[in-house]
Order: sequence, then C-alpha cells, then structure tokens
Amino acid sequence: MTPSYLALQIFNGLVSGAFYALLSLGLSIIFGMMRIVNFAHGAFYMLGAFGAYLAAQWLGLSFWWALLLVPLAVGLLGIIAERTLIRRLMPLDPLYNLLLTFGIALVIEDFMKIFFGTQGTPYAIPAGLMGAVNLGITAYPLYRLVLVAIATLACIAVWFAIEKTPLGAKIRAATENPTLTQAFGIDVSTLTTLTYGFGVALAGLAGVLAAPTTNVTPVMGSDIIITTFAVVVIGGMGSIKGSIITGFLVGVIAALGAVIYPPIANTLIFLLMAIVLLIRPTGLFGQPEATAR
Amino acid sequence: MIARAIGSDRRTMLWLGLIALAAGLLLPHVVYIGLATDIVIWALFAAAFDMLLGYTGLLSFGHAMFWGGASYVTGLLILRAHWTFVPAVLAGVVGAVAMAALVGAVSIRRQGIYFAMITLAFGQMLYFLTNQFGEWTGGQDGLQGVPRPVVFGHMTLENDQVFYYLVLALTALSIVFMRRVVTSPFGQVLGAIRENEPRAMSLGYRANVYKLVAFIISAAFAGLAGSLFVIAHRFTSLDTLDWHTSGQVVIMTLLGGMGTLFGPLFGAAFYLVINDRLSTLANASNPLLAQFGHSPGLVLGVIFIVVVSVFRRGIVGELLNALRR
Repeated sequence: MTPSYLALQIFNGLVSGAFYALLSLGLSIIFGMMRIVNFAHGAFYMLGAFGAYLAAQWLGLSFWWALLLVPLAVGLLGIIAERTLIRRLMPLDPLYNLLLTFGIALVIEDFMKIFFGTQGTPYAIPAGLMGAVNLGITAYPLYRLVLVAIATLACIAVWFAIEKTPLGAKIRAATENPTLTQAFGIDVSTLTTLTYGFGVALAGLAGVLAAPTTNVTPVMGSDIIITTFAVVVIGGMGSIKGSIITGFLVGVIAALGAVIYPPIANTLIFLLMAIVLLIRPTGLFGQPEATAR
Repeated sequence: MIARAIGSDRRTMLWLGLIALAAGLLLPHVVYIGLATDIVIWALFAAAFDMLLGYTGLLSFGHAMFWGGASYVTGLLILRAHWTFVPAVLAGVVGAVAMAALVGAVSIRRQGIYFAMITLAFGQMLYFLTNQFGEWTGGQDGLQGVPRPVVFGHMTLENDQVFYYLVLALTALSIVFMRRVVTSPFGQVLGAIRENEPRAMSLGYRANVYKLVAFIISAAFAGLAGSLFVIAHRFTSLDTLDWHTSGQVVIMTLLGGMGTLFGPLFGAAFYLVINDRLSTLANASNPLLAQFGHSPGLVLGVIFIVVVSVFRRGIVGELLNALRR
C-alpha cells in the first residue's frame, strides 16, 4: 500500500463523507424540530440531482445556477409535503410519519422512473472544474475537491446559523420546548414548516453536488438513504455538530477499511453501527432516549 | 404506542379466520395459480410481520433479511445438497431465527424510529454480504433453477395445484399458532409492553426479553414464508433482500389493518392483485404506459399514503370498526 494510494482513499472517503454529512445534517435538523425520521430524504436528494440535470437540459442553466436554485426548488417541494401531509400526522406516534415519508419516497421514486427509466443519465462536470490537480502526494479530480469544500462550507454555515443567529436561537428554543416557545409569541408552526423545507433543501444541495460524480438515476436516493440512516445511528440523532463530524468520519473510516480489506467496503458502516450500538446505544453524540417520546 | 389491537374478541376472529380460509380455498379458481400461491405466501409474511408491529408495537424495517435470508438457505440446500422439502424449509426457518437472535440482541434495546432504522441498516448489510459472496449466492444472478423438492419420502411438488394447497395448509397452521401466541399470557404481556413499556417493566416484566422472543417468532414465520417463496418460484434473487421488500410487507400490513392478524392477509392479496394488474400494462405499446406498469410504487405508494393519513386501521380494521357501531 503506497502513501499516494492511501491519500487517494482518504480523499475518496471525504467525498462520500461530504454526502453523509449534508444528508445526516438535514435529517438531524428535521428530527430535532419535529421528532420525525424523514424517510423521503433520499428521494429529495435524487430530485436535487435531477433538478440540476433538467435545469441544464431545459433552461440551459449552468452548474452554479443549479447549485443556487435547485435546493430552493427542492425545499419548496418539501414545504408543500409538510403542509399537506406530514403536518397532519404530527400529533401521532412519530412512526406514522416514518411510514408516511416512506410512502412519499416510493411515489417520488416511481414517478421519476416513469419519465426517466432506471438507466439514468450522466451530468457533465462543470466547465473549469474538469481535470485533476497534483497535490504532491497524489493527483485528485478538481471537481471532487471543490465538492468537499462546498459541502464543508455549507455544513459550517448551517451550524453557524443555528448556533449563533437569532433565528437559530428560535429554532433551538422550539426544539427544546415548542409550547413555551409558542407562548413567547414565536410562530412555531411556520418555523416547523421552514425547518422541514430547509432540511430537505440540504438534501437537494447534496443531490446537485452528486450529479456530476455519478449517473443521475431515480434510484440513487434509495441507495444512499439506508447508509445515511446507519451514519445517523452511529452519530446519535439530533446533534448538529455530531452529524457533521460523524458524516465525514464514517466516510473516511469506510474508505480506509476498503484499503485494508476491499470486500468489506459496503458492510463496514453497518458493522461500525453494530459496534457503536453495543458500546454506546445512544450513538457517539446522542442524548439518552428520554426525550424521544 | 402505534396501534391498538382491535376486534380481538373470539367470535369476530373466528369468523375472520373462516372467511380467510374460504378465500384461500377459492383463490386458485379466481386468479391464476402462480398469483394465488404468491398471495398466500406473502399473506403469511405479512401476518408474521403484524405479530411484531400490531401486537408488540415494534416496527422492523428489515424483515426482508429473514424472508430473503431463509429463501437463500432453503434454495442453496435444495440446489446444491438436494435436501427434501421438510428439512430444507426447517433449515430456512432456523437460519431466520439465528439471524433474528443476532440482530435482535443488538437492536432490541432501542425503540420506535431507532429500532426501525437499525433493522433497516442490518437488512441492507445482509444484502451487501449476499452480493459479496457471489460464488455461493450467485451474486446479481441469484439462485436459478432451484428444483421443487420431494416431500414425505417420494411425493413431488411439481404440480402447482398440489403445492398451492400445501402452502395454504402451512400458512393456516402458522396463523393459528400466531393467534395462540398473541392471545396467550405471553401475548398479553406483549400488549402491555406495547401500550406502556415503563409500566410493564415496573410490574417486573423484562420487556427486552419479551420483545426479543416476539421478534424471533415473527422472524421464524417470515423465514418460513421466504423458504416457501424460493420453492414456489424455483429461484431467488437479491430482490428478496432489498429494503423495498421490507417496505412491501409494511405496506401490506397497514393496508389490511395492523393488529388484526387477519387484516394483513387481505392487505397482501390487495397489494399483489393491484401489482399484477399494473404489470399487464408493462407490455403496452405506449412507452410511458409501459413504464407506468413497471413502476407500481406510484399507485401503491399513493394508496399507502392515503391509508396512513386517513384510514389508519386499514381495510379490515375499518370494516370491523364500522360493523361495531
């Protein structure tokens, strides 16, 4: 095993870690506010990738415009889903919303299959980001480095917005105690809708970033969502910082595991989850389950 | 709590059981034999799933690992070692039980959505492992050409009608057994845990042990169904281990009505008949219509969303509720 191969694998790990981090961050924000697991998260991620593809095909929009506009469009779809469907089940056991969002994921996936088949279509790497950079120890595709940078910036921005801004303070207050927050005159209902839309928009952003790295297909969401769930279980639900760190960490560990023993690549994350569950059932950053009603 | 077992009084249940049995006997005269066999096998799977969801309150999103895992165990033993029906099916069930004990030991301490996510992840792990060890499992190709094994020494199961009634008998016996389990004192404790776990624990019941046993029993019957599935189809594939298969049994159970044990039987029938009707569209000349037939998740997903949003008792649950008024 050469140092350059090791470095290459670490970079590969950071790339998959970037997706895990963005997706589990969105799941965590939604879970923190609403106590629901958003099973449709992978479907919104897939819609993000298709959004980028369709924006280029139909409107001729560049990758950078897609990066800006597609998450907004995906977030809007999320807001519609929250207002029309998810909201109605909020008073019930959170399992019902897990089931509902599973149904939503199924409908979105098969809807896209009807129009785009299962084969998928490639999305060109944005002009100016093609080729590889020599980093001394190894050469690495430029686009993937930019991808990791954008995802990291987005994660830090979200963390900052929630921990350090007045709006973030309201969200944290509503997460902690919705009734009391409402009593202080803060519109928790609107805040909840916006939070869901925002979490889903992050999945859309991840989808746009993923489009140039993979074939854009209707099933790409259901491929990644289960792994993301495992990441969320490892990190513990609801922690913003925890999901970002765990996302990147798990990505790198899985990539390094593949260096040592290649066949384990796909299963390592799930083994990691089993080990964490045995040692620390609440996850690395999780709180005891008392709050999970 | 996710569900309340309704219509659990003896007389209603007896009637429902008789209706289900009559439907099972008539089924091959209504739909083609392959679909009839599928309906009964999936009905068994869904009933096993309901024992866990409706009566214990545990939502497993990884039941495909027992269904698919058992189908591979049974399929391999018949294909490679020429085992006969009874030992091959039993081995599939044992395999499912062993997996449930392992997975349950790790995950049973977590509740609700966590349990759902953890079982989902373990199910996916088995999917990847099965794909990985392609030299044994056939990888992407699955196990092809599994012959129908002999039963009771010399009787072959080549005749689809004979095989159907064998499957029906096994399913009926399994459901009688599961009904006994949920009405037994053990089942009463499961109900208590579902309604209020801390309270059941404060009464001295070791909730995790009860839940683990329920998980294992449910997995055993899911495994039985999976073993029958590979024999019925003469093949099995990675699809049986896909998490969409876990989702499929969830949909069937909720469609029929969870916590009714008989509801999921009708849910399975409803699901598979719609699926079958849609798949006839797949040969349509219009490409959009053909693709629509290939994507039953659109129609079934919408139905599922309506059921979860409005008719949470499911078909049989809502009917029972209407009759009671």
